[in-house]
Amino acid sequence: MTFLSYLINGISLGSVYAIIALGYTMVYGIAKMLNFAHGDVIMVGGYIAFCATSYLGLPSIAAVLLSMAVCTVLGVTIEGLAYRPLRSAPSLAVLITAIGVSYFLQNAALLIWGSAPKSFPSLVGLEPLRLFDGQLVITSEAVVTVIACIVIMVALTLFTGETKMGKAMRAVSEDKGAAQLMGINVNHTISITFAIGSALAAIAGVLLCSAYPVLLPTTGSMPGIKAFTAAVFGGIGSIPGAMIGGILLGIIEIFGKAYISTQLSDAIVFSVLIIVLLVKPTGLLGKAVNEKV
Amino acid sequence: MSKMVPLPTNSIIPERDLDKIPVLETRHLGIDFGGLTAVDEFNLTIGRTEIAGLIGPNGAGKTTVFNLLTKVYQPTRGTILLDGKETSGMNTAQVNHAGIARTFQNIRLFSSLTVEENVKIGLHNQLRYSTLSGLLRLPSYWREEKIAHERALELLSIFHMENLADHRAGSLPYGAQRRLEIVRALATNPCLLLLDEPAAGMNPSETAELMENIIKIRDTFQIAIMLIEHDMNLVMGICEGICVLNYGRIIAKGTADEIKRNPVVIEAYLGKKKEG
Amino acid sequence: MAKRLSKASLNGFLNYGLVILAFLVVEMMRSSGQISNSLNGQLVPICAYVCMAVSLNLTVGVLGELSLGHAGFMGVGAFSGVVAAVSLTNIIPSNGLRLLLSILIGGLLAGAAGFLVGVPVLRLRGDYLAIVTLAFGEIIKNIVNCLYIGVDSAGLHVSMTNSTALGLAEGGKVIMNGPMGATGVPKLSSFTAGFLLVLFTLFIVQNLVQSRAGRAIMAIRDNRIAAESVGIGITRYKLTAFITSAMLAGMSGALFAMNYSTIVAKKFDFNTSILVLVFVVLGGMGNIRGSIIAATVLTILPEMLRAFSDYRMLVYAIVLIVIMLATNNQKFRSLLSRALPHLREGLPAHAAGKGGSTHE
Repeated sequence: MTFLSYLINGISLGSVYAIIALGYTMVYGIAKMLNFAHGDVIMVGGYIAFCATSYLGLPSIAAVLLSMAVCTVLGVTIEGLAYRPLRSAPSLAVLITAIGVSYFLQNAALLIWGSAPKSFPSLVGLEPLRLFDGQLVITSEAVVTVIACIVIMVALTLFTGETKMGKAMRAVSEDKGAAQLMGINVNHTISITFAIGSALAAIAGVLLCSAYPVLLPTTGSMPGIKAFTAAVFGGIGSIPGAMIGGILLGIIEIFGKAYISTQLSDAIVFSVLIIVLLVKPTGLLGKAVNEKV
Repeated sequence: MSKMVPLPTNSIIPERDLDKIPVLETRHLGIDFGGLTAVDEFNLTIGRTEIAGLIGPNGAGKTTVFNLLTKVYQPTRGTILLDGKETSGMNTAQVNHAGIARTFQNIRLFSSLTVEENVKIGLHNQLRYSTLSGLLRLPSYWREEKIAHERALELLSIFHMENLADHRAGSLPYGAQRRLEIVRALATNPCLLLLDEPAAGMNPSETAELMENIIKIRDTFQIAIMLIEHDMNLVMGICEGICVLNYGRIIAKGTADEIKRNPVVIEAYLGKKKEG
Repeated sequence: MAKRLSKASLNGFLNYGLVILAFLVVEMMRSSGQISNSLNGQLVPICAYVCMAVSLNLTVGVLGELSLGHAGFMGVGAFSGVVAAVSLTNIIPSNGLRLLLSILIGGLLAGAAGFLVGVPVLRLRGDYLAIVTLAFGEIIKNIVNCLYIGVDSAGLHVSMTNSTALGLAEGGKVIMNGPMGATGVPKLSSFTAGFLLVLFTLFIVQNLVQSRAGRAIMAIRDNRIAAESVGIGITRYKLTAFITSAMLAGMSGALFAMNYSTIVAKKFDFNTSILVLVFVVLGGMGNIRGSIIAATVLTILPEMLRAFSDYRMLVYAIVLIVIMLATNNQKFRSLLSRALPHLREGLPAHAAGKGGSTHE
């Protein structure tokens, strides 16, 4: 029974990673950049939801929607101000800019909300699920997280596969130049991608803080790195890959903590990543790209 | 198109090379890409100092043959004998040590480095000093670097490029970049030089000069040269033996005159004449 | 070549000269008491970061592979150096000799770590290599946080559980105490030692770049397939660059650690790797002098920005973004140079240009 409860915890944590990783993977797929500020958008999402409930007294749903709206605007603004001017610049310049944005968000949050941790009220607030005569308790946060993750995954798959904008995204991620020649507005498409990624980050922020209710300006960093790892693990650029990568990573982390060592859990997670990449150099679902000679 | 013009395999080797071990001999060479046969039954012999041509319509598999010979792709079947020795199990760098150097269809220079450095990188394996003596600037470093410098300029002088030695390779005009690639390949001291469309993008006078230079290189270095080229004046003008590839298979081998008159080749290039 | 070689060597000598000059000026200011206490405390870290930046430039600028775990190697060097320094206390009484030996041991172990990571990892390309180096850095941090090492008359004791499990004999000393890091570190580092290490780092990196091996490394960066086609063994030279870079990072780690009495693993985490990467990119890829200057200026800058107090990291972030835009966006550059005409010549042509000038 403990095994089952660890597994559920793992899937729940992994679902959060998966939602963040989806944002990473979509942005990487289309803009070919490692957006290190993504983790900090999660943190902003957490703070906005915190303010909305604690100061404005908004209901949970409204708080989540507000948080998504703010993060969407934030993401599009970051893209327009900092990343778009560097579209043709070397990838390292974009990476450093993303790091600059990450520092900026963390320190702005520090100035606005202070360095004292905020205790995040759970926005789910439902009774936990009790199974097997109370032997297995599943928190409502875990249930909501997993459901949210599945809904997002299905919605994104349908969106990229069926809609006009989704097809434009796939076209841009394959070949920007060719997409432009086909009349696709590349900048607009990339903006939309950032908007979606940032909205997902807001959801992830709320879910993350509901499960681990301590909010700090650096809250987003480690989940950001882990989710990035998850995206690479699954094959960066692939939506199902991000999903699988995130969930596996969450399970490995919780099992590592439970059965091997609490302190070494991060080392275990990252070691598994390295081993996977050595066996499959482009991740679980990544496509191998061959250079034409 | 499976019709093969019956010619003995070594009939196109120039007479002067007949008593020497051929520089290259391939037997049943072939490669599949995921079930698709790209090159099959590629049998070719090249003489010590021969200039050989590899021609064929677009997509016939010519560059794939070069990639097989240089082990950019590992062959699915068949053997390659370089200087009479098998090259199986070797990687690209080892094949170069063994004696094959090449240029690329889409130019691949070390574009942020200077022209001279590009040639010196070609000389890499002939410089006799260790990484440690380089770090500590031991006498062997100074001696070998001096030799490298002189040798690089000497090689560049084949194409009268000594004065460009300090220029960034990436900043050279297109024609000069192609020539630099040839110099860099020559610097590795090969016995077989593979040129992938050396005249692409050149005007007729540049091409004429290139033809002279290819012959000059063969005569000076006494090496064999195999080239892929679409410019028929160049191919027919300097190649002693020509091999025609279509759909990954050799459809004809022979001298320029034989190839020009070969009905199978004409069909491959121009399509079948309508009956009636 | 006499002319060209002298140009490359001249650049190298200019770098040595710059470092020596800076050292002399600082020493003079120190003796006349013109240097603030806070800056005085920064001198050894500056030297360590300069070495870090120059060595990372070897991986990122010269080899052209993105590493996000350079601080991991620094950490390996730091903690192995500290363990060596403490355990050799009675054997080698001379502080200078002990520091030298500790730095060498730190470098050696970091180089070994570089080899262990490099062999499997260098066949990955681009961003995948970046994520694995990042993972490596995190693993090192995590392991150090669980590592207990002590020394007594019987020698070194190692444990992964806690300090009592070390079973130290009477008079034994705990060197590394898990999450508390290394405590009671002997303060052996000095500005002079830092200065010498910077010179050593320059010597190694510059001589490597201007040799047969260095050319091979740059050839791999510019065009891997062409490099193979002229007979260059890719793995061998990638490893050479990567291990050299890791070794130098380890040495600067040992120097850095022995400037403090306590040192924790967090000092060598992802953020430090990024910090050093920022030095390299701002200084210019492959540009050694740029790395030296960027590392120095950007280590002092946060101190200088104390006037902004709470806003200083915010200002730092904005400066970072603006510099990146200024050096890489044509429109932004022309706008900036119109507003500030005297800056027109001042901006580096391509601070982050891949494989820019490699001989400076």
